[in-house]
Amino acid sequence: MCSLDLFPPPLPRGEVTLYEYNNTMIPWLADESPPPSFHTAMVNVPELFIPLDALKAPGRMELSSKSAFIHHKETVWKRSLNAWHQVGLAGLLEELSNSEEEVPPLLCHVSRCSLAACRWLSSFHGSLFPHLLMKSEDLTAEFSQACDWTGCSLRAFAWHPHTNKFALALVDDSIRIYTTGSPTIPTLKHRLQKDVASMAWKPLCASILAVACQSCVLVWHIDPTSLSTRPSSGCAQILTHPGHSPVTSVAWSPKGGVLLSASPVDTAMLVWDVSTESCVPLQRVGGGGVTFLSWSPDGSKVLSATPSAVFRVWETHMWTCERWPTLNGRCQTGCWSPDGSRLLFAVKEESVIYSLSFCVVEAEAQACVGGSERATPVADVSEVVFQRDNGEVRVGGEIQSMAWDPSGERLAVLLRENSNDPTSEAVIAVYRTKNNPKFELLPCGFIPSKKGEDPQLMQFHPCFQKGALLSVLWSSGRLSHIPFYFVNAQFPRFTPEIGTIVHGETSSAAAMPSLFTET
Amino acid sequence: MSVAGERQVLRWRVAASLAWAVILLPLSCLVFISLSRFHVFHPAQCLADSIKDALSSSTYFCLLILSMLQAVECTFNVQFHSVVPSIPGSRLSLIGLVLLPQRVLHSIIHATMGVLVFWCCSVLSQSQYRGFTVPCSPDPSGHDANSQAMCLNERSFFLLLAGGFMGCCYSLLYFIHNMNCLSFPSVQQFKYLQFRQSIPKLLKYSCVQSLYLARNFAALYYFLGYIPRTWIQAALNLHADQHLPPLDTLRGLLDLSLFYQIWLSGVFLLTTWYIVWLLFQIYATETRTFPVQTAFPEEAAKCLPNMLSCNSPLLKYLAFQDLMLLSQYSPSRRQEAFSLSQPGGHPHNWIAISRECLGVLINLTLRLVAHQEAAASNGRVRLSSSSSESRKSSSSSGTSFVNSTVDPFPNVSNPRTSVPPFLKPGASLKASWDSGSPFASPAVGHITGLDLSSPWHGSVQSPHIMRRGAKLWTCGPDIQGNGSDVSPVSKAGFGPTGSDRQHVLYAWLQNKQEQIKHFLAKRVLFMYLFSKHPEASSQEVFADSQIHIWALEALSHLVAASFSEDRMGVVQTTLSTILATLLNLQEASEKHFKLPHASSKPTRTTSSLVDSSYKTLRFAVRSSLKTAIYRITTTFGEHLHAVPVSSEHRKKLQQFLDFKE
Repeated sequence: MCSLDLFPPPLPRGEVTLYEYNNTMIPWLADESPPPSFHTAMVNVPELFIPLDALKAPGRMELSSKSAFIHHKETVWKRSLNAWHQVGLAGLLEELSNSEEEVPPLLCHVSRCSLAACRWLSSFHGSLFPHLLMKSEDLTAEFSQACDWTGCSLRAFAWHPHTNKFALALVDDSIRIYTTGSPTIPTLKHRLQKDVASMAWKPLCASILAVACQSCVLVWHIDPTSLSTRPSSGCAQILTHPGHSPVTSVAWSPKGGVLLSASPVDTAMLVWDVSTESCVPLQRVGGGGVTFLSWSPDGSKVLSATPSAVFRVWETHMWTCERWPTLNGRCQTGCWSPDGSRLLFAVKEESVIYSLSFCVVEAEAQACVGGSERATPVADVSEVVFQRDNGEVRVGGEIQSMAWDPSGERLAVLLRENSNDPTSEAVIAVYRTKNNPKFELLPCGFIPSKKGEDPQLMQFHPCFQKGALLSVLWSSGRLSHIPFYFVNAQFPRFTPEIGTIVHGETSSAAAMPSLFTET
Repeated sequence: MSVAGERQVLRWRVAASLAWAVILLPLSCLVFISLSRFHVFHPAQCLADSIKDALSSSTYFCLLILSMLQAVECTFNVQFHSVVPSIPGSRLSLIGLVLLPQRVLHSIIHATMGVLVFWCCSVLSQSQYRGFTVPCSPDPSGHDANSQAMCLNERSFFLLLAGGFMGCCYSLLYFIHNMNCLSFPSVQQFKYLQFRQSIPKLLKYSCVQSLYLARNFAALYYFLGYIPRTWIQAALNLHADQHLPPLDTLRGLLDLSLFYQIWLSGVFLLTTWYIVWLLFQIYATETRTFPVQTAFPEEAAKCLPNMLSCNSPLLKYLAFQDLMLLSQYSPSRRQEAFSLSQPGGHPHNWIAISRECLGVLINLTLRLVAHQEAAASNGRVRLSSSSSESRKSSSSSGTSFVNSTVDPFPNVSNPRTSVPPFLKPGASLKASWDSGSPFASPAVGHITGLDLSSPWHGSVQSPHIMRRGAKLWTCGPDIQGNGSDVSPVSKAGFGPTGSDRQHVLYAWLQNKQEQIKHFLAKRVLFMYLFSKHPEASSQEVFADSQIHIWALEALSHLVAASFSEDRMGVVQTTLSTILATLLNLQEASEKHFKLPHASSKPTRTTSSLVDSSYKTLRFAVRSSLKTAIYRITTTFGEHLHAVPVSSEHRKKLQQFLDFKE
């Protein structure tokens, strides 16, 4: 099992990782901007800095605006009707039991009893699934993949699967779309676009973006050739389903067909046919909701995590699932190997990366998930002390999110900091991985943060031609891209371009070797 | 291999679905019995009672009748099933659809079945509404005259009539909501899961539906109930019970227990019938695996390539569904599709499969082009069609006189604006059709036939257009229905010719027709009946588009898989044709969505038991078409530049390669 001990010590304060080159992290001074050739020749993607005070955060909406208005005398029946419309049965019962002098005593008594029964039932249900008692915004913050969803200016991030284009959701409920080489930055705003928890671009399509919002899933159709910076809300399709809010995760099928959406309060995961706006709920007993979805890159399996200590792996032909109980907590995150044969996942409040392998199904007529008997721990990320120039630094602990690059060579693991310990630091640990013929996980290095900022979210570029490109959102509102250059013989589409490497500050990067095989 | 094959396929599916429906029947009966006797204050006792009653002989008898009714219902489902929904253009055609003789028969038989079910319900629940006649209640005044006479139990009569009403309404709604159309699930699931998923929706739908129907029936009986009552009293020589209020008064109708009984029986009726329907749907749309090739020539007819072209619609749908699944999930069967025949080495399988897929796609393109022509704005269509008609006559007669009279036509009616937009795909497709093979290279297909020797060479013309014009003329009556009137130009144009009398008569008739239409259009009822649903025509074009979606998915997945799996390169031979067809269809569908009446987004539909996805199939076609082209372009990437396609299509492909579409 690979431990954090084996990692090279983190870079001294004031240096950040510029890029990785054949297993060496090339440092750069944090205060200096990287050389111009780095941006033009290596990573031709905009880097951004959007601090929190540049945006106007929306005020927290109260559940009802009732208290803001002057009290107005209405008959009890009218009030009950209003309560029925606004809150539902519970509101009606509460209204009836509160106005005992106006309604017949029997009715008042009955409504009180039923209200008590309702409350008892809901508290019972809530004790089974404590997350059901949380408010919608807290639910999103809890189950989003971002480290600090509430306080950071950047909330969600999504690379387009085929082009140099990404979408960035901000704290003011708007989404900006950046395209390499295009000066127009469309900003998407919609009345229903609140509390964006995740986003996904439709594969095999140029312009469709699904957004998981508080009350619905919005599907934006953004014309790539349009010069408009504010697409109208008519460009968005609204997908709603009763009882399916807030939505915390959306995932498109890599084959470009259907969209999956999940909500932590709905036990059903919805399979949307977006073009006709129809959905099929896939429901299984247990779990109390679905928080996180991850589709394997080959499109054959889907991981769905629940708020309780269980997760499921679905196969996408006949939509059957295998259930995996985890003992210590809910599944926090997971990622798939490129061929869909291995799943790495992490459990909340446990500092271990587990691996689960799936057999390749031979008889394709039989729909089966084919998971192995048990998950094996492959890496230990428990807290480790490193000595640095000015004292010690603690790294490790809990895993917030994981990402596996599309070639299957690099695994990035976002480790939370321990908030009780001032010397603890949130870092991204990068592993070298190999899936064939035998699974291997070797340490590569840490990506440290600048002073006063923590990593918030990360995602690999899905079609970076020269290796792997990790985009990291930092809690200060900065977006940076860290390329990894490595030899990759398995996937011929990765053809490293010779002569584009920038030398690091420490002059450790040698000239580009001629070792690459371009087959 | 059409009707017999379909029957063979359906036989076991129907048997299995019926068996499950009958097996589920006792369960629903038990629930019905316990609910019908439910008493708030003695729940345990009524439960015990209902279990005791459920074992009585009358219950078994009812179960027997009900199972037979299930079988009849199942037979009806089989007889009336279709895969293509019927989309009425206006309310009048909707009424016409319902009034087809076999559908009227369907309604009548369902009314009878409804009466039977309600009778069984009243027996099962052992309620006071069981007997049709009751001894008259003794008159409090003491007269003995009526004491021995039998009276009509009006509540029982009411219940039975309600059964008939509900059966009839079920049948009407069955056709109005296109429930006879099999809707194939978008996501494959096992049958049990599909059934379990639909059961809550089914129960909710039947409860609500039964409530509405019971209300409507009560209103109907309130106004017209005396007619059947007096009739039955006269026929059976029964008396009216003086003691109870008659049911066509408000006081009589406010009988809560009767209403509950009717509602519950209605729920029972609808639930059992919908279960039969649901099971039939699930079983009939189940995937079927056809062999891609076989070693025995006598079984060749049952192979997938043959099934794709069979004329039984259900089998064709199943075959296309199987092809779609094969292309996505089964490498070994894909390998068979790409294989060469053993002696000879011909890619028969691939040629047959791709021919069928391209055939349906070209068919859709042609339909779209025709629809665009028909929908092109007011009157222009008529003119161009009539002018091409006259052109045709001119080319047959060959007199220069007619030519000279027709000559101004292209300038006046301006076919430049109406014809060229659809000329290109239409012409190229026609050409490839005419040459008898869809694999004619698109370069050949792109001859637009600029015939300079023709007298109207000013505009782009070709023999194909004439033929298409003639074809258009056959659908002329439809276009006349659009309310375009004859322009004076055409009259003037035909004025000097010999057959002017006939034409004047024709124009006069047209004028009259228009006047009548105009007159009727002002009347509200006629407006209500005749007004065309704006999206109906568009929906109609895409009514059977499920097959096109499958063809698109199958083709694109197969082509994408061929990049790594096709060792012989059989797919490459047809790649240019496939690309040309897809791009033509793309062009045609983009134009279709630019038509003024077609909305660009699907309307919101509330999810109910009845699947109404056929209304939005055109959006599904559009998106799966785009995905299909992208699937091919992303798989082949730069290699596509080596595929011979026309320059226009190359431009389009480049847009797809750049993700700018």
